[in-house]
Amino acid sequence: MKLLGSGIFKGMAVTLENFVRSYFDRDRKHHLFTKEYAWKSDAPADQLPARADTTVTTRSRNFPMLLHDGKGSEDPMASIRCVACQICERECPPQCIFIEKEYDANGKFVKRPVIFDIDISVCMSCQICVEVCPFDAIVMNSEFELSNNDRFNGLLVRRDALLKSNDYYHRIHPEEAQERDDRMAREKAEKEAKQAAADAAKKKAAELAAEKAAELAAAKPKVDPAAPTATPQ
Amino acid sequence: MIDTLIHILALTAPVAMIFASLFAFTTWLERKILARIQNRIGPNYINIPFTKFRKTFGLLQPAADGFKMLVKEDIVPHGADRFLHLLAPILALVPAMMVLCLLPFDLPFANESMKRIHAAALDNAVLLFFGITSINTLAVFMAGWASRNKYSLLGGMRAVAQMVSYEIPLVLSAAVVIMAVGSLSAQKIVAAQSTHWFIFTPWGLAAFFIFFIASLAETNRSPFDLPEAESEIIAGYFTEYSGFKFALFFLGEYLSIFAINGLAVTLFFGGGNGPWVQAHPWLSCVWFLAKIFGLIFIIIWLRGTVPRLRVDQLMAFAWKFLMPLSILNLFVAAVALKVQQPWLTWPLCALVLYAAAHGLSRLQQKNVGPRTYQYAE
Ligand code: SF4
Ligand code: SF4
Repeated sequence: MKLLGSGIFKGMAVTLENFVRSYFDRDRKHHLFTKEYAWKSDAPADQLPARADTTVTTRSRNFPMLLHDGKGSEDPMASIRCVACQICERECPPQCIFIEKEYDANGKFVKRPVIFDIDISVCMSCQICVEVCPFDAIVMNSEFELSNNDRFNGLLVRRDALLKSNDYYHRIHPEEAQERDDRMAREKAEKEAKQAAADAAKKKAAELAAEKAAELAAAKPKVDPAAPTATPQ
Repeated sequence: MIDTLIHILALTAPVAMIFASLFAFTTWLERKILARIQNRIGPNYINIPFTKFRKTFGLLQPAADGFKMLVKEDIVPHGADRFLHLLAPILALVPAMMVLCLLPFDLPFANESMKRIHAAALDNAVLLFFGITSINTLAVFMAGWASRNKYSLLGGMRAVAQMVSYEIPLVLSAAVVIMAVGSLSAQKIVAAQSTHWFIFTPWGLAAFFIFFIASLAETNRSPFDLPEAESEIIAGYFTEYSGFKFALFFLGEYLSIFAINGLAVTLFFGGGNGPWVQAHPWLSCVWFLAKIFGLIFIIIWLRGTVPRLRVDQLMAFAWKFLMPLSILNLFVAAVALKVQQPWLTWPLCALVLYAAAHGLSRLQQKNVGPRTYQYAE
């Protein structure tokens, strides 16, 4: 027999535990996750750490960014992962992504976006674009200092501002980035293995066919190649 | 005549001031406690204007909030009843302020002649308290009606149903104490508890539980915050309020929390009684406030714990659980007051009350089975 109201008291014990422990959780590991804001005036401007790297927990996420695999000062567009397939644009619930495909001089689609805008005044940080992207090209950023004086252009983030390197992604969300990388590597390996297997099978089939043909040719050398063989009508 | 007026002012104005400034502190406290319960920090940096000093533990947050509210635009919806729309927040605030003055809150500087007035005005304080607080229902419904907004009206309707229903267990549980003391005067109720608080009697404990739950519903606090359920009906009856009028509602809400908890302290926790009060009479108001804040902490703690009830559950809880229990408690208290033997009344009363509560809750759960979902898997 359960004591009357024991559920509520149990719940209250849990909340009280969290309340009390949050004051004693010095390293902020289990009962207090907040990292406090790194004030600008506390350090000279040139010694400032990159904000999103230091003042945000790895679980924080607010707006999407685009990933590229380039290192250092390489041209990010050379290794951009996005192929402008526009899946995210279609799936975004508030429709705040705008993509235009890039075409070369011959009018051929080069699988890159020439425009990729996200209106962060509309984006609701639902992460659906991240879930649907088949190319791991778009992930959530944790940059939070996005206040702006320009309500229209300032809050429309353009492609080049959205582009961040995979290294940056590893810095802000290490576990998630590692997991994503591992999965991509695994999928790539699987795909290659499949490809290799398929190639091997094809090669074998071709060999077999050649052998058979050679056998046939050896067994029935007198067959007139012009005469149709018994093909089922 | 003039003397009396001045004395009344001298007694009531400080009370209103004290509680209005404690309101600011309570909003800060609420944010902090809720934040800590949810493993956050809560407000902790507010700049002192024109300085670089910002480690104020967020204590200036209420000031910032208040300033923001004052400079906001006052919007009255098109087609709203302008007069009632203006009247509602005032009517929500004034009764809350009035009942605060009914509490046996001994101001340290009150001299004998002042106290006489105080005592004279309070002969039927408890009755007056319930009478005045029920105006609040009207204010809430007025706000819902005058806003010309579906959500406001829904919130107002919920509020009326809820506040009217919970008033009954509230008054019935308070009646137990009145029965024991034989007076409606707050001062006499406090005096009767100078040695033994009523919370330490079996019927007092049960009455306090009922009173506390009903007072949560009366002041629209979680888990009974249906009239302003933000996830269902935006903000309920004050959806269409902004700026200063919203601030008035907010203030009125917190003041009525103070008031009703003040009454709970008066009825069950011995008012300003406490250690060292005999030697230092000024301690009595400190004790009084400390007890109120103890109860407020529990209220905030509950808000951080329990989810909101459904409308039908809410009504069923008032009518099928709290009301029968509070009526039973009246009889139990009557018997216990006659018997006057703690070793006998405690186990007996506890058994009867617990068995009744258990049976009532069983009765309500009779038709509760595994849920069947029609559309969702
Ligand atoms: S981000 Fe992903 S889903 Fe969106 S267009 Fe680029 S590749 Fe497609
Ligand atoms: S996070 Fe959601 S709302 Fe924002 S861009 Fe992605 S899909 Fe759209």
